[in-house]
Amino acid sequence: MLKLAGLSVKYGSFTAIEKVDIEVNEGELVVLLGANGAGKSTVFKAISGIEKWSDGDILFNGSSIKKKSPDRIVKAGIVQCAEGRELFGGMTVYENLVMGAYVHRRKKAQVKKSLGHVYDLFPILQEKKDSAAGALSGGQQQMLAIGRSLMSQPKLLLLDEPSIGLAPLIVEQMFEVIQKINEEGTTVLLAEQNANAALKIADRGYVFESGSIVVEGSSNELFTNDSVRKAYIGA
Amino acid sequence: MPAMTKKSIALIVLIIGAMVIPFIIQNEYWLHILTLSFIWSIAVYGLNILAGYTGYLSLAHAGFFAIGAYALGLLTVKAGLNYWVALILACIITSGIGLLIGLVALRTREHFFAIYTLCVGYVIYLVIDKWDSLTGGVRGLIGIPAPSNIGPISFQSAISQYYLILFFLLATVVVMYRIVHSLTGRTFIAIRNSEELAQTIGISTMKNKLTVFVLSTFFAGLAGALYASFIRFIGPDIGYTTIIFDLLTYLLVGGIGTLAGPVVGTILIVSVSQSLQFLQDYRMLIFGPMLTLIIIFYPRGIVGMVSEWKMKWFNKKKKAPAETWKSTYSDSEDVREDKVKEG
Ligand SMILES: Nc1ncnc2c1ncn2[C@@H]1O[C@H](COP(=O)(O)OP(=O)(O)OP(=O)(O)O)[C@@H](O)[C@H]1O
Ligand SMILES: [Mg+2]
Repeated sequence: MLKLAGLSVKYGSFTAIEKVDIEVNEGELVVLLGANGAGKSTVFKAISGIEKWSDGDILFNGSSIKKKSPDRIVKAGIVQCAEGRELFGGMTVYENLVMGAYVHRRKKAQVKKSLGHVYDLFPILQEKKDSAAGALSGGQQQMLAIGRSLMSQPKLLLLDEPSIGLAPLIVEQMFEVIQKINEEGTTVLLAEQNANAALKIADRGYVFESGSIVVEGSSNELFTNDSVRKAYIGA
Repeated sequence: MPAMTKKSIALIVLIIGAMVIPFIIQNEYWLHILTLSFIWSIAVYGLNILAGYTGYLSLAHAGFFAIGAYALGLLTVKAGLNYWVALILACIITSGIGLLIGLVALRTREHFFAIYTLCVGYVIYLVIDKWDSLTGGVRGLIGIPAPSNIGPISFQSAISQYYLILFFLLATVVVMYRIVHSLTGRTFIAIRNSEELAQTIGISTMKNKLTVFVLSTFFAGLAGALYASFIRFIGPDIGYTTIIFDLLTYLLVGGIGTLAGPVVGTILIVSVSQSLQFLQDYRMLIFGPMLTLIIIFYPRGIVGMVSEWKMKWFNKKKKAPAETWKSTYSDSEDVREDKVKEG
Protein backbone atom coordinates (compact mmCIF):
# COMPACT_ATOMS: atom_id res chain seq x y z
CA MET A 1 0.00 0.00 0.00
CA LEU A 2 2.72 2.46 1.01
CA LYS A 3 6.30 2.14 -0.07
CA LEU A 4 9.23 4.42 0.75
CA ALA A 5 12.09 3.64 -1.58
CA GLY A 6 15.50 5.05 -0.72
CA LEU A 7 13.94 8.18 0.69
CA SER A 8 16.20 11.02 1.82
CA VAL A 9 14.98 14.30 3.27
CA LYS A 10 17.14 17.34 3.88
CA TYR A 11 16.59 20.49 5.91
CA GLY A 12 18.90 22.84 4.08
CA SER A 13 22.24 21.09 4.10
CA PHE A 14 21.35 18.85 7.05
CA THR A 15 20.26 15.36 6.04
CA ALA A 16 17.51 14.39 8.48
CA ILE A 17 16.77 10.98 6.99
CA GLU A 18 18.89 9.06 4.55
CA LYS A 19 18.00 6.25 2.15
CA VAL A 20 15.07 4.90 4.11
CA ASP A 21 13.08 1.92 2.85
CA ILE A 22 9.76 1.24 4.49
CA GLU A 23 6.83 -0.82 3.34
CA VAL A 24 3.35 -0.91 4.78
CA ASN A 25 0.83 -3.45 3.52
CA GLU A 26 -2.89 -3.02 3.51
CA GLY A 27 -4.49 -3.72 6.87
CA GLU A 28 -1.21 -3.71 8.80
CA LEU A 29 -0.27 -1.79 11.91
CA VAL A 30 3.37 -0.82 11.56
CA VAL A 31 5.41 1.04 14.14
CA LEU A 32 8.42 3.34 13.71
CA LEU A 33 10.55 3.36 16.83
CA GLY A 34 13.22 5.93 17.48
CA ALA A 35 14.56 8.32 20.07
CA ASN A 36 14.10 12.10 19.94
CA GLY A 37 15.45 13.52 16.74
CA ALA A 38 15.74 10.16 15.00
CA GLY A 39 13.64 11.37 12.08
CA LYS A 40 10.20 9.86 12.63
CA SER A 41 8.26 13.07 12.18
CA THR A 42 10.33 13.94 9.14
CA VAL A 43 9.22 10.70 7.49
CA PHE A 44 5.60 11.55 8.28
CA LYS A 45 5.92 15.06 6.93
CA ALA A 46 7.37 13.71 3.71
CA ILE A 47 4.50 11.24 3.34
CA SER A 48 1.89 13.95 3.90
CA GLY A 49 3.53 16.21 1.36
CA ILE A 50 4.51 18.95 3.80
CA GLU A 51 8.26 18.39 3.51
CA LYS A 52 9.68 17.95 0.03
CA TRP A 53 12.36 15.33 -0.39
CA SER A 54 15.56 15.24 -2.40
CA ASP A 55 16.13 11.59 -3.24
CA GLY A 56 14.09 8.45 -3.51
CA ASP A 57 10.37 8.16 -3.84
CA ILE A 58 7.15 7.47 -1.98
CA LEU A 59 4.58 5.25 -3.65
CA PHE A 60 0.98 4.97 -2.53
CA ASN A 61 -0.91 2.11 -4.13
CA GLY A 62 1.78 1.95 -6.76
CA SER A 63 1.94 5.58 -7.85
CA SER A 64 4.36 8.28 -6.75
CA ILE A 65 3.01 11.06 -4.57
CA LYS A 66 6.00 13.31 -5.16
CA LYS A 67 4.05 15.87 -7.14
CA LYS A 68 0.92 15.78 -5.01
CA SER A 69 0.02 18.69 -2.77
CA PRO A 70 -0.85 17.92 0.89
CA ASP A 71 -4.59 18.31 0.31
CA ARG A 72 -4.54 15.91 -2.63
CA ILE A 73 -2.68 13.38 -0.52
CA VAL A 74 -5.45 13.59 2.08
CA LYS A 75 -8.00 13.12 -0.70
CA ALA A 76 -6.07 10.09 -1.90
CA GLY A 77 -6.51 8.55 1.55
CA ILE A 78 -3.44 9.30 3.65
CA VAL A 79 -3.92 11.48 6.69
CA GLN A 80 -1.48 12.45 9.38
CA CYS A 81 -2.27 13.05 13.00
CA ALA A 82 0.70 15.26 13.78
CA GLU A 83 2.66 15.14 17.01
CA GLY A 84 1.79 17.49 19.83
CA ARG A 85 -1.98 17.13 19.32
CA GLU A 86 -2.41 20.36 17.47
CA LEU A 87 -6.01 21.55 17.47
CA PHE A 88 -7.97 24.61 16.48
CA GLY A 89 -8.13 25.90 20.03
CA GLY A 90 -10.85 28.49 19.58
CA MET A 91 -13.20 26.10 17.82
CA THR A 92 -15.41 23.61 19.58
CA VAL A 93 -14.82 19.87 19.62
CA TYR A 94 -17.60 19.47 17.07
CA GLU A 95 -16.16 22.15 14.80
CA ASN A 96 -12.72 20.58 14.97
CA LEU A 97 -14.17 17.26 13.89
CA VAL A 98 -16.11 18.82 11.04
CA MET A 99 -12.93 20.55 9.87
CA GLY A 100 -11.34 17.10 9.74
CA ALA A 101 -13.88 16.07 7.13
CA TYR A 102 -12.91 19.04 4.96
CA VAL A 103 -12.15 16.92 1.90
CA HIS A 104 -15.65 15.42 2.10
CA ARG A 105 -17.38 18.71 2.95
CA ARG A 106 -19.96 18.36 0.20
CA LYS A 107 -21.06 14.88 1.27
CA LYS A 108 -23.13 15.78 4.31
CA ALA A 109 -24.40 12.25 4.95
CA GLN A 110 -20.90 10.85 4.92
CA VAL A 111 -19.66 13.50 7.34
CA LYS A 112 -22.48 12.66 9.68
CA LYS A 113 -21.65 8.98 9.51
CA SER A 114 -17.96 9.54 10.25
CA LEU A 115 -18.96 11.78 13.13
CA GLY A 116 -21.06 8.96 14.58
CA HIS A 117 -18.15 6.59 14.16
CA VAL A 118 -15.73 8.92 15.96
CA TYR A 119 -18.23 9.46 18.79
CA ASP A 120 -18.50 5.67 19.11
CA LEU A 121 -14.74 5.34 19.42
CA PHE A 122 -14.40 8.29 21.80
CA PRO A 123 -17.70 8.80 23.68
CA ILE A 124 -16.13 11.62 25.69
CA LEU A 125 -15.94 13.73 22.52
CA GLN A 126 -19.69 13.55 22.09
CA GLU A 127 -20.16 14.59 25.69
CA LYS A 128 -17.84 17.55 25.16
CA LYS A 129 -18.85 18.41 21.62
CA ASP A 130 -19.71 22.01 22.49
CA SER A 131 -16.63 22.72 24.59
CA ALA A 132 -13.74 24.62 23.10
CA ALA A 133 -10.94 22.30 22.08
CA GLY A 134 -8.53 24.43 24.13
CA ALA A 135 -10.42 23.52 27.30
CA LEU A 136 -9.93 19.75 27.01
CA SER A 137 -7.48 17.69 29.04
CA GLY A 138 -4.35 16.35 27.35
CA GLY A 139 -5.81 12.90 26.77
CA GLN A 140 -9.05 14.29 25.42
CA GLN A 141 -7.09 16.56 23.09
CA GLN A 142 -5.21 13.58 21.74
CA MET A 143 -8.49 11.74 21.20
CA LEU A 144 -9.85 14.76 19.38
CA ALA A 145 -6.76 14.96 17.21
CA ILE A 146 -7.10 11.30 16.25
CA GLY A 147 -10.84 11.64 15.79
CA ARG A 148 -10.36 14.63 13.53
CA SER A 149 -7.95 12.63 11.37
CA LEU A 150 -10.47 9.80 11.11
CA MET A 151 -13.09 12.22 9.85
CA SER A 152 -11.37 12.24 6.46
CA GLN A 153 -11.94 8.47 6.28
CA PRO A 154 -8.33 7.61 5.59
CA LYS A 155 -7.11 4.36 4.11
CA LEU A 156 -3.76 4.97 5.81
CA LEU A 157 -3.52 6.75 9.14
CA LEU A 158 -0.19 8.19 10.26
CA LEU A 159 -0.04 8.66 14.03
CA ASP A 160 2.90 10.64 15.36
CA GLU A 161 3.61 9.84 19.01
CA PRO A 162 0.02 9.72 20.27
CA SER A 163 1.13 8.60 23.74
CA ILE A 164 3.49 11.46 24.49
CA GLY A 165 2.85 13.17 27.79
CA LEU A 166 -0.14 11.05 28.77
CA ALA A 167 -0.73 9.12 31.99
CA PRO A 168 -0.03 5.36 31.73
CA LEU A 169 -3.69 4.43 32.09
CA ILE A 170 -4.69 6.79 29.28
CA VAL A 171 -1.85 5.49 27.12
CA GLU A 172 -3.22 2.00 27.50
CA GLN A 173 -6.70 3.11 26.45
CA MET A 174 -5.26 5.06 23.56
CA PHE A 175 -3.44 2.02 22.22
CA GLU A 176 -6.57 -0.08 22.58
CA VAL A 177 -8.45 2.38 20.41
CA ILE A 178 -5.64 2.49 17.87
CA GLN A 179 -5.78 -1.29 17.65
CA LYS A 180 -9.53 -1.11 17.18
CA ILE A 181 -9.19 1.47 14.40
CA ASN A 182 -6.74 -0.87 12.70
CA GLU A 183 -9.00 -3.89 13.14
CA GLU A 184 -11.87 -1.98 11.58
CA GLY A 185 -9.85 -1.78 8.40
CA THR A 186 -7.65 1.33 8.53
CA THR A 187 -3.98 0.71 7.88
CA VAL A 188 -1.90 2.42 10.56
CA LEU A 189 1.67 3.68 10.62
CA LEU A 190 2.57 4.67 14.15
CA ALA A 191 5.63 6.60 15.36
CA GLU A 192 6.46 5.92 18.97
CA GLN A 193 9.09 6.05 21.66
CA ASN A 194 7.01 3.89 23.93
CA ALA A 195 8.22 0.64 22.35
CA ASN A 196 6.70 -1.57 24.99
CA ALA A 197 3.14 -0.46 24.38
CA ALA A 198 3.53 0.02 20.64
CA LEU A 199 5.01 -3.41 19.92
CA LYS A 200 2.13 -5.05 21.76
CA ILE A 201 -0.35 -3.88 19.16
CA ALA A 202 1.87 -3.66 16.07
CA ASP A 203 2.41 -6.32 13.41
CA ARG A 204 5.85 -5.13 12.37
CA GLY A 205 8.27 -2.38 13.17
CA TYR A 206 11.28 -0.35 12.09
CA VAL A 207 13.86 1.14 14.39
CA PHE A 208 15.29 4.52 13.48
CA GLU A 209 18.59 5.91 14.59
CA SER A 210 19.79 9.32 13.45
CA GLY A 211 17.96 9.21 10.17
CA SER A 212 18.45 5.61 9.10
CA ILE A 213 16.78 2.30 9.80
CA VAL A 214 18.96 0.10 11.98
CA VAL A 215 16.66 -2.82 12.74
CA GLU A 216 13.42 -4.05 11.25
CA GLY A 217 11.26 -7.08 11.83
CA SER A 218 8.06 -8.45 13.26
CA SER A 219 6.94 -7.19 16.65
CA ASN A 220 8.09 -10.38 18.30
CA GLU A 221 11.52 -10.16 16.74
CA LEU A 222 11.92 -6.57 17.82
CA PHE A 223 10.60 -7.30 21.27
CA THR A 224 13.25 -9.94 21.82
CA ASN A 225 16.02 -8.05 20.04
CA ASP A 226 18.70 -7.16 22.58
CA SER A 227 19.60 -3.73 21.30
CA VAL A 228 15.94 -2.75 21.05
CA ARG A 229 15.27 -3.95 24.57
CA LYS A 230 18.25 -2.01 25.86
CA ALA A 231 17.44 1.22 24.10
CA TYR A 232 13.65 1.37 24.28
CA ILE A 233 12.29 -1.07 26.76
CA GLY A 234 14.89 -0.74 29.47
CA ALA A 235 15.40 -4.40 30.30
CA MET B 1 -31.88 31.09 22.32
CA PRO B 2 -32.76 34.08 24.49
CA ALA B 3 -29.22 35.37 23.96
CA MET B 4 -29.77 35.11 20.24
CA THR B 5 -32.97 37.14 20.26
CA LYS B 6 -31.39 39.67 22.57
CA LYS B 7 -28.66 40.05 20.04
CA SER B 8 -31.01 40.46 17.10
CA ILE B 9 -33.01 43.05 19.04
CA ALA B 10 -29.84 45.01 19.67
CA LEU B 11 -29.01 44.74 16.00
CA ILE B 12 -32.43 45.96 14.89
CA VAL B 13 -32.20 48.88 17.30
CA LEU B 14 -28.81 49.78 15.84
CA ILE B 15 -30.09 49.62 12.28
CA ILE B 16 -33.13 51.73 13.10
CA GLY B 17 -30.79 54.12 14.89
CA ALA B 18 -28.68 54.41 11.76
CA MET B 19 -31.84 55.03 9.71
CA VAL B 20 -33.11 57.90 11.83
CA ILE B 21 -29.76 59.56 12.39
CA PRO B 22 -30.12 61.97 9.44
CA PHE B 23 -33.29 63.36 11.10
CA ILE B 24 -31.60 63.71 14.46
CA ILE B 25 -28.31 65.34 13.63
CA GLN B 26 -29.66 67.63 10.89
CA ASN B 27 -26.13 68.78 10.28
CA GLU B 28 -24.78 68.31 6.78
CA TYR B 29 -21.19 68.29 7.94
CA TRP B 30 -21.63 65.47 10.45
CA LEU B 31 -23.78 63.52 8.07
CA HIS B 32 -20.94 63.83 5.58
CA ILE B 33 -18.41 62.56 8.14
CA LEU B 34 -20.64 59.65 9.08
CA THR B 35 -21.17 58.66 5.45
CA LEU B 36 -17.45 58.85 4.88
CA SER B 37 -16.75 56.61 7.84
CA PHE B 38 -19.24 54.06 6.48
CA ILE B 39 -17.24 54.01 3.26
CA TRP B 40 -13.98 53.50 5.12
CA SER B 41 -15.66 50.78 7.20
CA ILE B 42 -16.38 48.78 4.06
CA ALA B 43 -12.69 48.90 3.16
CA VAL B 44 -11.76 47.92 6.72
CA TYR B 45 -14.11 44.92 6.51
CA GLY B 46 -12.17 43.84 3.45
CA LEU B 47 -8.93 44.16 5.37
CA ASN B 48 -10.41 42.33 8.36
CA ILE B 49 -11.45 39.15 6.56
CA LEU B 50 -7.89 38.86 5.28
CA ALA B 51 -5.75 40.14 8.15
CA GLY B 52 -8.10 39.36 11.03
CA TYR B 53 -9.51 35.99 10.08
CA THR B 54 -6.85 34.52 7.82
CA GLY B 55 -3.77 36.12 9.40
CA TYR B 56 -2.36 37.80 6.30
CA LEU B 57 -1.68 41.46 6.93
CA SER B 58 -1.97 43.22 3.59
CA LEU B 59 -0.58 46.74 3.38
CA ALA B 60 -1.62 47.07 -0.27
CA HIS B 61 -5.25 47.80 0.44
CA ALA B 62 -5.05 51.56 0.13
CA GLY B 63 -3.83 50.78 -3.38
CA PHE B 64 -6.85 48.58 -4.08
CA PHE B 65 -9.11 51.27 -2.66
CA ALA B 66 -7.55 53.71 -5.12
CA ILE B 67 -7.91 51.25 -8.00
CA GLY B 68 -11.62 50.96 -7.27
CA ALA B 69 -11.96 54.74 -7.05
CA TYR B 70 -10.05 55.41 -10.27
CA ALA B 71 -11.79 52.59 -12.13
CA LEU B 72 -15.15 54.14 -11.30
CA GLY B 73 -13.92 57.64 -12.01
CA LEU B 74 -12.42 56.78 -15.40
CA LEU B 75 -15.29 54.58 -16.49
CA THR B 76 -17.85 57.27 -15.79
CA VAL B 77 -15.91 60.42 -16.68
CA LYS B 78 -13.80 59.22 -19.61
CA ALA B 79 -15.74 56.23 -20.93
CA GLY B 80 -19.12 57.75 -20.12
CA LEU B 81 -20.57 54.51 -18.75
CA ASN B 82 -23.69 54.33 -16.65
CA TYR B 83 -22.85 54.70 -12.95
CA TRP B 84 -24.09 51.28 -11.86
CA VAL B 85 -22.36 49.47 -14.67
CA ALA B 86 -19.17 51.35 -13.79
CA LEU B 87 -19.59 50.44 -10.11
CA ILE B 88 -19.83 46.73 -10.89
CA LEU B 89 -16.92 46.92 -13.32
CA ALA B 90 -14.82 48.83 -10.79
CA CYS B 91 -15.25 46.00 -8.27
CA ILE B 92 -14.45 43.38 -10.91
CA ILE B 93 -11.35 45.24 -12.09
CA THR B 94 -10.07 45.66 -8.55
CA SER B 95 -10.57 41.97 -7.73
CA GLY B 96 -8.99 40.97 -11.03
CA ILE B 97 -5.86 42.94 -10.22
CA GLY B 98 -6.14 41.52 -6.68
CA LEU B 99 -6.08 38.01 -8.14
CA LEU B 100 -2.90 38.68 -10.09
CA ILE B 101 -1.15 40.32 -7.16
CA GLY B 102 -2.39 37.65 -4.76
CA LEU B 103 -0.90 34.89 -6.90
CA VAL B 104 2.54 36.33 -6.26
CA ALA B 105 2.13 37.91 -2.83
CA LEU B 106 0.65 34.82 -1.19
CA ARG B 107 3.84 32.91 -1.79
CA THR B 108 5.26 34.93 1.07
CA ARG B 109 4.20 34.88 4.69
CA GLU B 110 4.00 36.99 7.81
CA HIS B 111 6.28 40.04 7.77
CA PHE B 112 7.51 39.21 4.27
CA PHE B 113 3.92 39.33 3.09
CA ALA B 114 3.38 42.64 4.89
CA ILE B 115 6.51 44.17 3.39
CA TYR B 116 5.78 42.81 -0.07
CA THR B 117 2.24 44.17 -0.07
CA LEU B 118 3.49 47.49 1.31
CA CYS B 119 5.67 47.76 -1.79
CA VAL B 120 2.79 46.73 -4.06
CA GLY B 121 0.62 49.43 -2.51
CA TYR B 122 3.29 52.03 -3.10
CA VAL B 123 3.74 50.93 -6.71
CA ILE B 124 0.00 51.30 -7.29
CA TYR B 125 0.19 54.81 -5.88
CA LEU B 126 3.14 55.64 -8.13
CA VAL B 127 1.39 54.31 -11.23
CA ILE B 128 -1.66 56.46 -10.51
CA ASP B 129 0.49 59.47 -9.73
CA LYS B 130 2.72 59.22 -12.80
CA TRP B 131 0.36 57.91 -15.47
CA ASP B 132 -0.74 61.38 -16.35
CA SER B 133 -2.51 60.65 -19.62
CA LEU B 134 -4.86 58.16 -18.00
CA THR B 135 -5.36 59.31 -14.44
CA GLY B 136 -4.67 63.00 -14.68
CA GLY B 137 -1.69 62.56 -12.34
CA VAL B 138 -1.42 64.95 -9.43
CA ARG B 139 -4.25 67.08 -10.78
CA GLY B 140 -6.59 64.22 -10.07
CA LEU B 141 -9.90 63.38 -11.62
CA ILE B 142 -12.82 65.79 -11.34
CA GLY B 143 -16.46 65.71 -12.27
CA ILE B 144 -17.21 62.17 -11.16
CA PRO B 145 -20.99 61.82 -11.23
CA ALA B 146 -23.11 60.92 -8.23
CA PRO B 147 -24.91 57.59 -8.45
CA SER B 148 -27.52 57.80 -11.21
CA ASN B 149 -31.19 57.46 -10.44
CA ILE B 150 -32.80 54.09 -9.97
CA GLY B 151 -36.31 54.63 -11.26
CA PRO B 152 -37.80 57.44 -9.18
CA ILE B 153 -35.01 57.30 -6.56
CA SER B 154 -32.40 60.01 -6.95
CA PHE B 155 -29.08 60.10 -5.12
CA GLN B 156 -28.31 63.79 -5.41
CA SER B 157 -29.00 64.83 -1.83
CA ALA B 158 -26.69 64.15 1.11
CA ILE B 159 -29.38 62.15 2.88
CA SER B 160 -30.02 59.83 -0.04
CA GLN B 161 -26.28 59.22 -0.42
CA TYR B 162 -26.14 58.44 3.28
CA TYR B 163 -28.83 55.78 2.87
CA LEU B 164 -27.23 54.34 -0.22
CA ILE B 165 -23.90 53.89 1.51
CA LEU B 166 -25.57 52.61 4.67
CA PHE B 167 -27.17 50.00 2.44
CA PHE B 168 -23.80 48.94 1.06
CA LEU B 169 -22.32 48.83 4.55
CA LEU B 170 -25.14 46.61 5.83
CA ALA B 171 -24.78 44.35 2.80
CA THR B 172 -21.05 44.09 3.54
CA VAL B 173 -21.70 43.19 7.16
CA VAL B 174 -24.24 40.53 6.15
CA VAL B 175 -21.81 38.99 3.68
CA MET B 176 -19.06 38.99 6.31
CA TYR B 177 -21.37 37.44 8.88
CA ARG B 178 -22.34 34.67 6.49
CA ILE B 179 -18.73 33.94 5.60
CA VAL B 180 -17.42 33.94 9.14
CA HIS B 181 -20.18 31.60 10.30
CA SER B 182 -19.63 29.11 7.51
CA LEU B 183 -17.15 26.33 6.90
CA THR B 184 -15.33 28.70 4.55
CA GLY B 185 -14.84 31.16 7.39
CA ARG B 186 -13.62 28.41 9.67
CA THR B 187 -11.22 27.36 6.94
CA PHE B 188 -9.76 30.87 6.96
CA ILE B 189 -9.44 30.74 10.74
CA ALA B 190 -7.80 27.32 10.46
CA ILE B 191 -5.21 28.84 8.14
CA ARG B 192 -4.60 31.62 10.64
CA ASN B 193 -4.22 29.04 13.45
CA SER B 194 -1.63 27.02 11.61
CA GLU B 195 -1.11 26.68 7.92
CA GLU B 196 0.69 23.38 8.27
CA LEU B 197 -2.09 21.91 10.36
CA ALA B 198 -4.64 23.16 7.86
CA GLN B 199 -2.72 21.41 5.12
CA THR B 200 -2.48 18.13 7.01
CA ILE B 201 -6.24 17.92 7.32
CA GLY B 202 -6.64 18.43 3.61
CA ILE B 203 -7.26 22.15 3.16
CA SER B 204 -5.82 23.59 -0.02
CA THR B 205 -4.29 26.61 1.63
CA MET B 206 -3.26 28.42 -1.54
CA LYS B 207 -6.74 28.23 -3.04
CA ASN B 208 -8.35 29.49 0.14
CA LYS B 209 -5.84 32.26 0.65
CA LEU B 210 -6.34 33.42 -2.90
CA THR B 211 -10.11 33.38 -2.45
CA VAL B 212 -9.95 35.50 0.67
CA PHE B 213 -7.39 37.87 -0.86
CA VAL B 214 -9.57 38.49 -3.91
CA LEU B 215 -12.61 38.89 -1.69
CA SER B 216 -10.87 41.45 0.45
CA THR B 217 -9.71 43.46 -2.56
CA PHE B 218 -13.28 43.37 -3.84
CA PHE B 219 -14.45 45.22 -0.74
CA ALA B 220 -11.53 47.64 -0.89
CA GLY B 221 -12.49 48.35 -4.50
CA LEU B 222 -16.16 48.78 -3.65
CA ALA B 223 -15.29 51.25 -0.91
CA GLY B 224 -13.02 53.14 -3.30
CA ALA B 225 -15.69 53.34 -5.99
CA LEU B 226 -18.26 54.60 -3.48
CA TYR B 227 -15.76 57.14 -2.22
CA ALA B 228 -15.17 58.46 -5.74
CA SER B 229 -18.85 59.06 -6.40
CA PHE B 230 -19.42 60.49 -2.95
CA ILE B 231 -16.57 63.01 -2.93
CA ARG B 232 -16.82 63.49 -6.75
CA PHE B 233 -13.10 64.22 -6.93
CA ILE B 234 -10.14 61.89 -6.49
CA GLY B 235 -6.38 62.40 -6.41
CA PRO B 236 -3.49 59.95 -6.18
CA ASP B 237 -3.17 60.58 -2.45
CA ILE B 238 -6.15 58.28 -1.72
CA GLY B 239 -3.79 55.43 -2.56
CA TYR B 240 -0.93 56.75 -0.50
CA THR B 241 0.70 54.60 2.15
CA THR B 242 -0.60 56.66 5.07
CA ILE B 243 -4.15 55.62 4.17
CA ILE B 244 -3.47 51.94 4.81
CA PHE B 245 -2.11 52.80 8.24
CA ASP B 246 -5.28 54.76 8.95
CA LEU B 247 -7.36 51.74 7.95
CA LEU B 248 -5.20 49.51 10.10
CA THR B 249 -5.64 51.84 13.06
CA TYR B 250 -9.43 51.71 12.66
CA LEU B 251 -9.28 47.93 12.55
CA LEU B 252 -6.98 47.52 15.54
CA VAL B 253 -8.89 49.96 17.71
CA GLY B 254 -12.26 48.48 16.78
CA GLY B 255 -11.10 44.88 17.07
CA ILE B 256 -9.24 42.80 14.54
CA GLY B 257 -10.86 39.45 13.80
CA THR B 258 -14.25 40.52 15.16
CA LEU B 259 -17.39 41.23 13.19
CA ALA B 260 -18.26 44.57 14.72
CA GLY B 261 -14.67 45.82 15.00
CA PRO B 262 -14.31 47.52 11.62
CA VAL B 263 -17.41 49.70 11.89
CA VAL B 264 -16.89 50.50 15.58
CA GLY B 265 -13.25 51.46 15.14
CA THR B 266 -13.78 53.47 11.99
CA ILE B 267 -16.71 55.54 13.22
CA LEU B 268 -15.00 56.18 16.54
CA ILE B 269 -11.64 57.25 15.19
CA VAL B 270 -12.99 59.22 12.26
CA SER B 271 -15.41 61.20 14.41
CA VAL B 272 -12.97 61.76 17.27
CA SER B 273 -10.32 62.88 14.84
CA GLN B 274 -12.82 65.30 13.26
CA SER B 275 -13.71 66.73 16.65
CA LEU B 276 -10.07 67.26 17.43
CA GLN B 277 -9.29 68.90 14.12
CA PHE B 278 -8.13 72.09 15.82
CA LEU B 279 -5.14 70.13 17.12
CA GLN B 280 -4.02 69.42 13.54
CA ASP B 281 -1.29 66.79 13.34
CA TYR B 282 -0.81 66.89 17.11
CA ARG B 283 -3.86 64.62 17.20
CA MET B 284 -1.41 61.80 16.67
CA LEU B 285 -0.06 62.50 20.15
CA ILE B 286 -3.42 61.26 21.40
CA PHE B 287 -3.98 58.44 18.91
CA GLY B 288 -0.51 56.97 19.13
CA PRO B 289 -0.55 56.21 22.86
CA MET B 290 -4.24 55.23 22.72
CA LEU B 291 -3.54 52.68 20.00
CA THR B 292 -0.55 51.29 21.89
CA LEU B 293 -2.54 50.89 25.10
CA ILE B 294 -5.42 49.17 23.35
CA ILE B 295 -3.14 46.72 21.59
CA ILE B 296 -1.29 45.88 24.80
CA PHE B 297 -4.35 45.41 26.98
CA TYR B 298 -7.02 44.43 24.47
CA PRO B 299 -5.54 42.74 21.41
CA ARG B 300 -9.07 42.40 20.07
CA GLY B 301 -9.76 46.09 20.39
CA ILE B 302 -12.84 47.74 21.79
CA VAL B 303 -15.11 44.91 20.68
CA GLY B 304 -12.86 42.39 22.41
CA MET B 305 -12.80 44.57 25.52
CA VAL B 306 -16.58 44.79 25.68
CA SER B 307 -17.09 41.06 25.22
CA GLU B 308 -14.50 40.36 27.90
CA TRP B 309 -16.34 42.63 30.32
CA LYS B 310 -19.62 41.05 29.39
CA MET B 311 -18.15 37.62 30.01
CA LYS B 312 -16.83 38.59 33.44
CA TRP B 313 -20.13 40.10 34.43
CA PHE B 314 -21.97 37.07 33.13
CA ASN B 315 -19.68 34.72 35.06
CA LYS B 316 -20.13 36.61 38.27
CA LYS B 317 -23.85 36.53 37.91
CA LYS B 318 -24.19 32.92 36.88
CA LYS B 319 -21.26 31.66 38.96
CA ALA B 320 -20.15 29.47 36.11
CA PRO B 321 -16.38 29.21 36.37
CA ALA B 322 -16.38 26.81 33.43
CA GLU B 323 -17.01 29.76 31.20
CA THR B 324 -13.84 31.61 32.05
CA TRP B 325 -11.66 29.76 29.57
CA LYS B 326 -13.56 31.48 26.81
CA SER B 327 -11.91 34.82 27.16
CA THR B 328 -8.46 33.31 27.44
CA TYR B 329 -8.54 30.34 25.11
CA SER B 330 -10.93 31.41 22.47
CA ASP B 331 -9.38 32.58 19.28
CA SER B 332 -12.49 33.98 17.80
CA GLU B 333 -15.55 35.34 19.44
CA ASP B 334 -17.61 34.89 16.39
CA VAL B 335 -16.96 31.28 15.59
CA ARG B 336 -17.79 30.29 19.11
CA GLU B 337 -21.28 31.65 19.01
CA ASP B 338 -22.20 29.70 15.99
CA LYS B 339 -21.87 26.34 17.68
CA VAL B 340 -24.97 27.11 19.71
CA LYS B 341 -27.05 26.92 16.58
CA GLU B 342 -25.39 23.92 14.99
CA GLY B 343 -24.56 21.68 17.89
N1 LIG C 1 12.33 22.25 10.28
C1 LIG C 1 13.53 21.72 10.55
N2 LIG C 1 14.66 22.37 10.17
C2 LIG C 1 15.88 21.84 10.44
N3 LIG C 1 16.08 20.68 11.05
C3 LIG C 1 15.01 19.98 11.45
C4 LIG C 1 13.68 20.46 11.22
N4 LIG C 1 12.81 19.56 11.72
C5 LIG C 1 13.56 18.56 12.23
N5 LIG C 1 14.87 18.81 12.07
C6 LIG C 1 15.97 17.92 12.47
O1 LIG C 1 15.79 16.67 11.84
C7 LIG C 1 16.08 15.60 12.73
C8 LIG C 1 14.87 14.68 12.80
O2 LIG C 1 13.78 15.34 13.42
P1 LIG C 1 12.37 14.69 13.62
O3 LIG C 1 11.46 15.75 14.10
O4 LIG C 1 11.99 13.97 12.40
O5 LIG C 1 12.66 13.66 14.78
P2 LIG C 1 11.66 12.74 15.58
O6 LIG C 1 12.14 11.36 15.42
O7 LIG C 1 10.27 13.01 15.19
O8 LIG C 1 11.91 13.21 17.06
P3 LIG C 1 10.86 13.36 18.27
O9 LIG C 1 10.72 12.01 18.85
O10 LIG C 1 11.56 14.27 19.21
O11 LIG C 1 9.62 13.91 17.74
C9 LIG C 1 16.43 16.25 14.05
O12 LIG C 1 17.84 16.24 14.18
C10 LIG C 1 15.92 17.64 13.96
O13 LIG C 1 16.75 18.53 14.65
MG1 LIG D 1 8.66 13.71 16.11
